[in-house]
Amino acid sequence: MARPSRNPTAMPISLADVHRIALLARIEIDAGQAEEVRAKLDAIFGLINQLAAVDTTGVEPMAHAQDVMLPLRADRVTETDCRDLYQSVAPAVEDGLYLVPKVVE
Amino acid sequence: MSAITAPIAELAEALRAKRLSSVELTQGLLDRIARLDPVLNAFITVDRERALSDASAADAAIAAGTAGPLAGIPLAHKDILVTAGMRTTCGSRMLANYTSPYDAHVVRGLKRAGTVLVGKTNLDEFAMGSSSETSHFGPVKNPWDLRCVPGGSSGGSAAAVAARLVPGGTGTDTGGSIRQPAALSGICGLKPTYGICSRYGLVAFASSLDQAGPLAQTAQDLALLLNAMAGHDSRDSTSLDRPTEDYTRTLGEERGAKPLAGLRIGLPREYFGDGTDPDTAKAIDEALAEFRQLGGKTVELALPRVKLSVPVYYVIAPAEASSNLSRFDGVRYGHRAAKYGDLTDMYRKSRAEGFGAEVKRRILVGTYVLSHGYYDAYYLKAQQVRRLIADDFRRAYQSCDVIAGPTAPTTAFRIGAKTDDPVEMYLNDIFTVAANLTGAPALSIPCGFDRSGLPIGLQLQGDYFAEARMLDIAHRFQQATDWHRRIPAMAAP
Repeated sequence: MARPSRNPTAMPISLADVHRIALLARIEIDAGQAEEVRAKLDAIFGLINQLAAVDTTGVEPMAHAQDVMLPLRADRVTETDCRDLYQSVAPAVEDGLYLVPKVVE
Repeated sequence: MSAITAPIAELAEALRAKRLSSVELTQGLLDRIARLDPVLNAFITVDRERALSDASAADAAIAAGTAGPLAGIPLAHKDILVTAGMRTTCGSRMLANYTSPYDAHVVRGLKRAGTVLVGKTNLDEFAMGSSSETSHFGPVKNPWDLRCVPGGSSGGSAAAVAARLVPGGTGTDTGGSIRQPAALSGICGLKPTYGICSRYGLVAFASSLDQAGPLAQTAQDLALLLNAMAGHDSRDSTSLDRPTEDYTRTLGEERGAKPLAGLRIGLPREYFGDGTDPDTAKAIDEALAEFRQLGGKTVELALPRVKLSVPVYYVIAPAEASSNLSRFDGVRYGHRAAKYGDLTDMYRKSRAEGFGAEVKRRILVGTYVLSHGYYDAYYLKAQQVRRLIADDFRRAYQSCDVIAGPTAPTTAFRIGAKTDDPVEMYLNDIFTVAANLTGAPALSIPCGFDRSGLPIGLQLQGDYFAEARMLDIAHRFQQATDWHRRIPAMAAP
């Protein structure tokens, strides 16, 4: 199957878009990398934007591979206390708490 | 002593008959790993001591008559399935020093069946790739040609099985990550129906698509491994509660010269057009002739929307990845930057340092398509087209039992050939992603070689829960052919 052509109606990804989504995604991108990231994202959206041309009027979105109801279980405590075990792999803990930079002055 | 490079079924038989001990087998394979893996880079972690201690425990269980069905069989797990006491890196700097406090469900199932854990295999970082080149631990090489990729993302397990370093391994398949490396490395791989293998302990990439499955030399071995991996698990809300199946149940049936009589094999015209390498197309045609010889009938059909599966996938998978990978924030586990200012800066720097370029790209794409004002145009739209693709397959299964075609449009490509062009890399998934979108099972088996001696894979897709039938079809093909017995020259015993 041939490489798709870009949908001409779609807006190209801008450097401002890159900085906006990088902030939302909490990934630092320095000014030197931004243009390369932009160009590659733009190519990926060239592929994705083919979807715009498909008529999906009235089509029920498929969220899940099997259209099954998620199972419910009884409202009972089943987990045991694993706090120390789980915190043993954390970068910084003290007295059972995860340490992060101060968020309240 | 039996050959240690034999398939699992033969090894299990030799172990039960005490013609071979698990310690001998494991030691022999550890020696092969020490000799060949410095070149292949299929493993991220190998634990000799643990492997040999598992092996002696298996020998003791066999002697005592308490052994599980796969007692003493050495295996390797893709390094995205967590293992207590052995680190799980996901091929990422983010988790380079991470050891899980618990085992994944499929890891536990295979442990209970008596297998010996040899180590953890290399992969594309967080399973995001089709070439096993983006690992923080370096690229994996294809045992058939060391200049080429083994496919991905489960390329470490595929290369390890192809080079006979282990008789079987696990993989995960979000868009083809078991089947495509199986094809490019000349082995067998199965992605089961979504919900058959619990995703508990599978580090999440795209939760509505991810599924674990086996890689091995033969379809029979895939069935044996799937028996130990499948089953309901209440810790994964998408795990299906169904009666237990024996996936090997029909493999021993005597059916004469036409074991596939009555089988209807669907050939979608979209899988047989341009874009597929001529050598691949020819090998697939010859395999189809073999299936007809065995009694199968081929039926032409159409999957008009299947060509949209790559763009749909590259909305849904990054969207789900951007959400799943938000857990890597340098707080509870994984990499934390050495220097940072406030909390947001700590997140941004830890994630910038911990993730590689392709993972970041997919998180950014996912963040974009889910961001305010874009959700309907991208994510919702992709889910609607996903439904249209699933409808195409539902219609197809009214006129056929399985669908056949190539697993990948070309054989293994050179290392570095597609790393600068993500879209070119994504198009390698053209034949495999639909099964993830629909959730139906699919497998790949070897069916020939191209002019350069690189292996070619045939993909069989089936309707939901058709695994046993598909494995039977693949097994009958392998009883009549010997493509699955070919071993790369570098790995000759």
